[in-house]
Amino acid sequence: MAAAVGLATTALMVVAILIGSRRLAHFDAALVGYTFATLFATFGISYRFTIWLQRPPTAMYWKRGWQVFLRPDSLGRNLVQWLKRLGAIFFANSFIWRRGISRGAAHWLVMWGCILASAITFPLVFGWIHFEFTDATFQSYTAVMFGFPVFSFGIHSIPGYLIFHGLVWASFLVIAGVMIAMRRRMVGHDARALQRFGEDFLPLILLYAVSVTGLMLVVSYKWMNGYAYDFLAITHAVTVIGTLLWMPFGKLFHIFQRPAQLGVLFYKDAGRRGEQARCVVCSQEYASLMHIEDLIEVERQLGYRYDFPEGSVDHYQRVCPRCRRLTVAAVQTQLWASAAVPAQPEISAPPSHS
Amino acid sequence: MSVPESLFFFLDPNRCIGCESCVQACSECDTHKGHSMIHLERVNRYESPQTIPVVCMHCDSPTCAEVCPADAIKRTEDGVVQTARKPRCIACSNCVLACPFGVPKMNTDYELMMKCDMCYDRTSEGKRPMCATVCPSQALFFGTHAEIQALRPRSRSLNTFQFGRQTIHTKVQMMVPREAPVMHIDVAAAWHDPQGEDEQDDPMLSAALFELPVLSN
Repeated sequence: MAAAVGLATTALMVVAILIGSRRLAHFDAALVGYTFATLFATFGISYRFTIWLQRPPTAMYWKRGWQVFLRPDSLGRNLVQWLKRLGAIFFANSFIWRRGISRGAAHWLVMWGCILASAITFPLVFGWIHFEFTDATFQSYTAVMFGFPVFSFGIHSIPGYLIFHGLVWASFLVIAGVMIAMRRRMVGHDARALQRFGEDFLPLILLYAVSVTGLMLVVSYKWMNGYAYDFLAITHAVTVIGTLLWMPFGKLFHIFQRPAQLGVLFYKDAGRRGEQARCVVCSQEYASLMHIEDLIEVERQLGYRYDFPEGSVDHYQRVCPRCRRLTVAAVQTQLWASAAVPAQPEISAPPSHS
Repeated sequence: MSVPESLFFFLDPNRCIGCESCVQACSECDTHKGHSMIHLERVNRYESPQTIPVVCMHCDSPTCAEVCPADAIKRTEDGVVQTARKPRCIACSNCVLACPFGVPKMNTDYELMMKCDMCYDRTSEGKRPMCATVCPSQALFFGTHAEIQALRPRSRSLNTFQFGRQTIHTKVQMMVPREAPVMHIDVAAAWHDPQGEDEQDDPMLSAALFELPVLSN
């Protein structure tokens, strides 16, 4: 199933490249390495995404998220909410800024640097966009997307300067973000205790390598008469292709997982509007009934057996988290009482005295 | 780095005196600095001052991680179940609702599940967790089995819990009386009075000892 989805997505991408580049008429053969790396990444990401969606909890909330979002009675409201949340959560990273200024700044800079670079690089690599001289004066370019002229700009104009240095601006953003993140990972005790090289440092190193080698290409042709340009071009290609190949397997996969957060928010909205679950012990509301029922089903699918075959309570999930904490302590107290010895008869001393 | 195999976390809620030292110390743990992950619950056992500290039990097969749709909760090779990974956690609260011990907390401001990491920055270097360092009654104790046996000759530790038909093994150990003829802690046992129907008629006695506690905030 996952392999079939991966192959189908990759095939769709090939078709999109063929159509968008007008049967490869505008495809730059020098960039074929990037294209194949992208196709591999497409297969890997869609393969892993499909596997991920098959996990019982993910499948449940993927299905439920779409169900509650598409409910006819709340579709309009959901669409408005979706736009708001897209802005606050995705574009502004609001929740990450609340976790810390440096954390927010690092993520925001890296994210927008990568988005800008991707928006420039992929259409160019796929031949979806190319530039043609507007007229015989050779003083202006016309951007052609999917074979259609879109807009023109002077070669030496400010828009032209900004457009042709788009990847430079992207590199500056990424490098600044990576530096902030690196510093936090090397100084912050929390990060130092829990981080892993492959999960936390490698993506930063890869993004830094891509950005720096890309900038060095500009330095080479602009200020060094093309010195070592071939070597730098190959080095840059290696870093970019390596990042693309690694993307399905490492931390950068969260780019594709994270949008599920929006679905969860709509699930929570629907839960708040619906019937609430009451704890069988304290009778307090503690979650939406839909969430509890779904969780019971997920736990059963995973093989957990928190059910009680006898008695008035059918499942431990019907007990709120606070009552669970109290229950565990109560049963320990009960063991002391049933042992018919004082609960705390021992006078304890520090270990060094023992 | 990893937690030394000879060191264990022992939990004895019975000994808690409610001083809240653990709560304060927990907020100084560097893995979740500024946020205390200890649940210090107050149990109104008909005017009893009893309090209980609850930390993550670090299950061998953590339900919180299994029910996570984002695959955000990881367990280290030495058995410490970590706070949700920040890039992955989608704040669905599945882990909060599924944990049989009621441990994870959802930080809605951060849209992130946070929980006790057993002070991994310290325990992976052989140091005690912050809470165990300051607990004056040793309701929270971190050390070797020999140390705890010397300190509590009438106790032994258990790390097997029964919830309905589900058995859960934990890295954290709970102290029980040495004489208690049980191989696991059956949590459902707290929901009935094993002493007989007569004593159930006395609400104060049954609530004080065996009933699920009456709650107060």
